Amino acid sequence: MSFLSELDDRELGLAGRIGVTILRVALAILIPLVAFVILYYGFIFLRAGNAAKWLISLVAIVWGVGGVALLYWIFNWLIGMLPEQWSARLQPFIFVGPALAILAWYLAWPTVRTFYISLYGRDGPAAGNFVGLANYAAVFTQRLMREAFRNNIVFWIGIATPLTVIFGLLVAVLADRSRYERVAKSFIFMPMAISFVGASVIWNFIYEVKPAGAPQIGLLNAIVVALGGQPQAWTAYTDIRPWNNLFLVIIVVWLQGGYSMTLFSAALKGIPQELLEAARVDGATEIQIFFRIMIPYIMGTIITVTTTVLIFTLKVFDVVWVMTGGQFGTGVIATQFYRQSFTNRNAGYGAAIAIVLFIAVIPVMIYNLRQFGEQEAF
Amino acid sequence: MKRLQRLRGPILVNGILALLVIIWMVPIVGILVSSFRDRSAVQQTGWWTVFPHRTWVLAEEIAPRETGAIVDEENRVVEVAGVRATFDELREGIETPDGKRVQWVGNWRIGRVEVQEKKWEVSSDFSLKNYQQVLGGKDFEYQNPDGSVEIIPGDNFWGALFNSLAVTVPATVIPILIAAFAAYGFAWMKFPGRRPAFVVVVALLVVPLQVALVPLLQFYNRIDLNGTFLAIWLAHTGFGLPLATYLLFNYISTLPRETLESAFIDGASHFTVFTRLILPLSVPALASFAIFQFLWVWNDYLVALVFLGGNPDFQVVTMRLANIAGSRGQDWHLLTAGAFVTMFLPLVVFFSLQRYFVRGLLAGSVKG
Repeated sequence: MSFLSELDDRELGLAGRIGVTILRVALAILIPLVAFVILYYGFIFLRAGNAAKWLISLVAIVWGVGGVALLYWIFNWLIGMLPEQWSARLQPFIFVGPALAILAWYLAWPTVRTFYISLYGRDGPAAGNFVGLANYAAVFTQRLMREAFRNNIVFWIGIATPLTVIFGLLVAVLADRSRYERVAKSFIFMPMAISFVGASVIWNFIYEVKPAGAPQIGLLNAIVVALGGQPQAWTAYTDIRPWNNLFLVIIVVWLQGGYSMTLFSAALKGIPQELLEAARVDGATEIQIFFRIMIPYIMGTIITVTTTVLIFTLKVFDVVWVMTGGQFGTGVIATQFYRQSFTNRNAGYGAAIAIVLFIAVIPVMIYNLRQFGEQEAF
Repeated sequence: MKRLQRLRGPILVNGILALLVIIWMVPIVGILVSSFRDRSAVQQTGWWTVFPHRTWVLAEEIAPRETGAIVDEENRVVEVAGVRATFDELREGIETPDGKRVQWVGNWRIGRVEVQEKKWEVSSDFSLKNYQQVLGGKDFEYQNPDGSVEIIPGDNFWGALFNSLAVTVPATVIPILIAAFAAYGFAWMKFPGRRPAFVVVVALLVVPLQVALVPLLQFYNRIDLNGTFLAIWLAHTGFGLPLATYLLFNYISTLPRETLESAFIDGASHFTVFTRLILPLSVPALASFAIFQFLWVWNDYLVALVFLGGNPDFQVVTMRLANIAGSRGQDWHLLTAGAFVTMFLPLVVFFSLQRYFVRGLLAGSVKG
């Protein structure tokens, strides 16, 4: 609206000034209105979804990205119309406000709401069946939930997490001494770009089973048969229950190993070379250097990686859902949550499971906040 | 001796490293190879048979009844190609001292005997047929070895790819834009409640998104937004914002103060400084988070399942793949090709922008 501001600078008559003001107000109403109409029709078009797929995608992208940019621009412009001191006071909220509003609406409020739902029976608060903490009592006593807790704690937190951390550390240390560091790291890192659903398909193919006697097309069973064993449906192998969970754990270690490797690799590069040289001169063996110097030096990274992987394994869902659907004793908290909330439509019980998951991450949240509190920057 | 020791180190290190890399890559190679193999080949032989390997190849075929090879019809004893054995033994296959194998194929009445030799073999029958079917296939005709024709339905990944793009691009750009504004506000503006507001952002970093799903779904149902792109963009925006704001704040708050101050002295507004100065300067941080969010949204299954699950027209690639895995788990020709279709774009993004991705990981990667 540069021509309007130019007008301001000139000497105008009273009529002129009134005219400009009216024009300004009119524009202030008109432009948001036009923007709103455009956005609204874009929305209707997208919701109907009966045009060609590529067109919908294109409109969706332009509408979504352009719409947000447009909204910021309009807000900023509207604020510019206000008197100086008001616009200066309001401007930070234009910048920070949308983010805070979305956070409140998409994370903070739903968490409170979920807790509220968890106090009601299967049809939620609408049915008015207040049950207090009964859902929580059920969460901790029901057989499938206890199995889920066992799997999450023993297999996912107890085995998958340390395996991921140790594997990452091992590769980082090895790669650090190799000439082929970059290539090796790229390969190990690659699964991070693959979806859990994709990884599940990939590993299902490794675990694929054919009847005994027929040629095995799954690599694992082919090896087992070649060594004289019997082919098995590994993830559904209930004879070894609960150890069939390990076949799911392997998938997540495969996916997350690259993450842990990357962080450790960067941390190892941060160890001063003189320190290592000095230790070698003093006659320390490589193993001593690893345990006495490297490990203490990268302790902060070990904690970061462990908590990140821990949170991740606590919420593991896709892999289990696609591989077994939580059957054969492989259910976890997140699959139970999904089953109760969306398959069984037991709103109260599902909400209670979600809140338990939330409570489980609170220690990490407190740790993060404490770390943040120590930062001087703010 | 000294030199030997110095040599042993790298060999051992590189050896273990190579072994780990191979183990890590084998699953991916397996489905990549299989995705180019014919449907029946994928079903019947392991994908590793495409590599040169020694296998039994038919050398001679004998009709046992015509050649009088059957010695004892009652006890089913056969003498053929220099081997005397029972029918059951022959069905398993008997290896002769000169490196051949004699095997009875088929049943006792109308079977035949094969003499096989071990030969090097490579199967190299690769095609893009699986990809054609999984991308835009309706029904595909298959000629079985016995001449009969089988009709196998394909799948429509093409549409799902467009859906994934339509979900992912805005769900990546929108949170970046909103978070960049917020990060600038937190870093360079003074306003009441600044610190508590940022504490909330940090606290929300690890909130599991499961706690938000049901209330949001109910809300979407109420305003008739469920199953739309807008619904899922906003959901991903909400779930990605804490990390985005946190990462971008860490970056933007460390930009040199003098640069900004001189711009303000020149009379630039916050909005101008932000769009003309801060955004271009923050490209590395924006790219880091963009890759993060892109991979996260593209690979997401749960959020799509909840918010787009009711609308089959809007299924994204992860949902389609999971659907095939669930309902047609034996159709490996579709599953392998489909898995690769879903992986292709993230792998391209990943390898071309790996540097930024690593930077983003190092800057903090706790996400709900």
